[in-house]
Amino acid sequence: MSVLTPPRNARSQPGSGRNAGPARSAGENFSAWANRHRKWLFAAPAMIFVGVLIVFPLAWTLYLSLTDSQGSVRAASEFVGLENYLTVLSDGERFWPAVGRTLTFTGVALVCEVVLGMCIALLLWRPFRGEKWVRVAILMPLVATPVAVGMMWRLIFDPNIGFVNQLLGMVGIPPQPWLSGQDTALGTTIFMDVWQWTPMVVLILLAGLTSLSEEPDEAARMDGANAAQRFFLITLPLMMPTVIVAILLRGIDALKTFDILYATKGKGGGSFHEVETLNVYAYGLSFDYNQYGLSSAVLILFFMIIIGSMWLLTMRKKAVSK
Amino acid sequence: MTVLSKNTETAPQTAARPAPAPRRRKPLGTRAYKAFRVAALIGVVLFLVAPLFWMLLASFKTNVDIYDTGKSFFFTPTGENYANVLQRNNYFVFIFNSFWVAFVSTALSLVLGVPAAYAMSRFTMHRSALVVLMARVIPGVSLLVPWYYVFSNLKMVGGFEVLILSHMFVSLPLIVYIMMSYFDSLPLELEESAQVDGLTPIGAFRRITLPLSVSGIATAGILSFIFSWNNFMFALVLSGSKTKTLPVAIFDFVSYASIDWGGLMAAATVVTIPIMIIALFTQKYIVSGMTAGATKG
Repeated sequence: MSVLTPPRNARSQPGSGRNAGPARSAGENFSAWANRHRKWLFAAPAMIFVGVLIVFPLAWTLYLSLTDSQGSVRAASEFVGLENYLTVLSDGERFWPAVGRTLTFTGVALVCEVVLGMCIALLLWRPFRGEKWVRVAILMPLVATPVAVGMMWRLIFDPNIGFVNQLLGMVGIPPQPWLSGQDTALGTTIFMDVWQWTPMVVLILLAGLTSLSEEPDEAARMDGANAAQRFFLITLPLMMPTVIVAILLRGIDALKTFDILYATKGKGGGSFHEVETLNVYAYGLSFDYNQYGLSSAVLILFFMIIIGSMWLLTMRKKAVSK
Repeated sequence: MTVLSKNTETAPQTAARPAPAPRRRKPLGTRAYKAFRVAALIGVVLFLVAPLFWMLLASFKTNVDIYDTGKSFFFTPTGENYANVLQRNNYFVFIFNSFWVAFVSTALSLVLGVPAAYAMSRFTMHRSALVVLMARVIPGVSLLVPWYYVFSNLKMVGGFEVLILSHMFVSLPLIVYIMMSYFDSLPLELEESAQVDGLTPIGAFRRITLPLSVSGIATAGILSFIFSWNNFMFALVLSGSKTKTLPVAIFDFVSYASIDWGGLMAAATVVTIPIMIIALFTQKYIVSGMTAGATKG
């Protein structure tokens, strides 16, 4: 390669290419061209791929949300303006409860995961014997297939044969309905989410903790601060940016949770829609009832909720990082 | 005795993590704290592993034993559930499908994603990166309706191509995200000196940067494989009877009237075990992938 004229020069002196014979000059010109445009040559394929698969479907969803499309996307549909949005926004039976459940699920799960995750991360912070095995245990829920995890919890929380009720029975607590109860189902699914995703928060927070400088903590110790004071006044403020990253990453996925809800409660989030979040609702409208117009309107609103909460968090992160 | 063994234990660990060295000699608290810490750690491990262990146990029980609360831990193990699931229900086909879709979508995403992440990192193309990362934020359902329409018109629904494309949609943003933070941390000087020595910029990328990025690429690839293997929603809509992946196959297991718990747990175990074995051997990569970009300001 170094024997040849460096491509950069080959491009700036058009004559040199012609002297070098056709085959070499073509290759050289291409290489020079590729190197000059490598920025877009590298980035474009991925961006085009994602762009085609997102922009077009998203535009279509937006269009569908303004029509009365149902039954089959192929069937003729009429433009109805914002009617779907009005229908959805005035629907106190399915839509607003689904919004409430989505926010409850995400909010409660996030709080539990961050608090529990911080506690576990602090436990793991300083080296100890057997650390390796604890780290393996932490990875297991994280990589387990969510549908399989849902099935596993269905057995464990089964009101009649489940292990949880068996354990409660030993200490004299009457059996609970868990997933099959109208009031307990959502809480039980939140528990599953906490079980599966707290490890991820632990890993992120632990990475943050290990990258902290020791000095502020050491100085506070010298000044006689106790462990709680050092955590709340020194470590936690320093960790805030990492905590917000964890909330951001986990929050996006928690809002969109689908697998464990659909696997444990099936269509419509159970017979009373007790775990029907926006994602489950939109999926049901699209693929169980073929109400494409309505479901598209729900999805656009859902998307706005996600973007909105992400934007708020990013703002918060900027404020904290300053 | 304990003091001695403690010291020898911590010596290599403090070498790996230099910071806490002085603290170990002056331990955080008293014996009570240490006892609490051990108990809490055992509690955490039990909380995380016990449910999986329960699933594994149940997969070796007959359905009669599963209903018998007296036989929670002591029972005669049977391999019948596995034989049923693997042979009668054709799970070998589903295992192959899951593997093939995860493998091809990961490989293609790496081919597209690694150069893109490189360009986005080196030329700080933050806005372009945002376009790719948007894919992580959008609810999958909003894409499925248009996809389903287009692909069923092209007679592609039920084929591997559609599944692979849809899984790439999950893998690609993940790979770009992980590789960008990896390339950000790779020093520029090596590439620059390679270019001074006569390599073209692309040559420097191919011969210097790529070989240095093997561990980053492994991280991105492994995580992408796992996410694809676990993916449920896209396969639920886009797979046909011939391309059904494992998560969908498990879901189908419960659509019949009564649940065959033993078989269901065996099926659930069959899905999770391969991924856990992979995780066991690639721990370090998974951890670095999950925490990629988390500690930058």
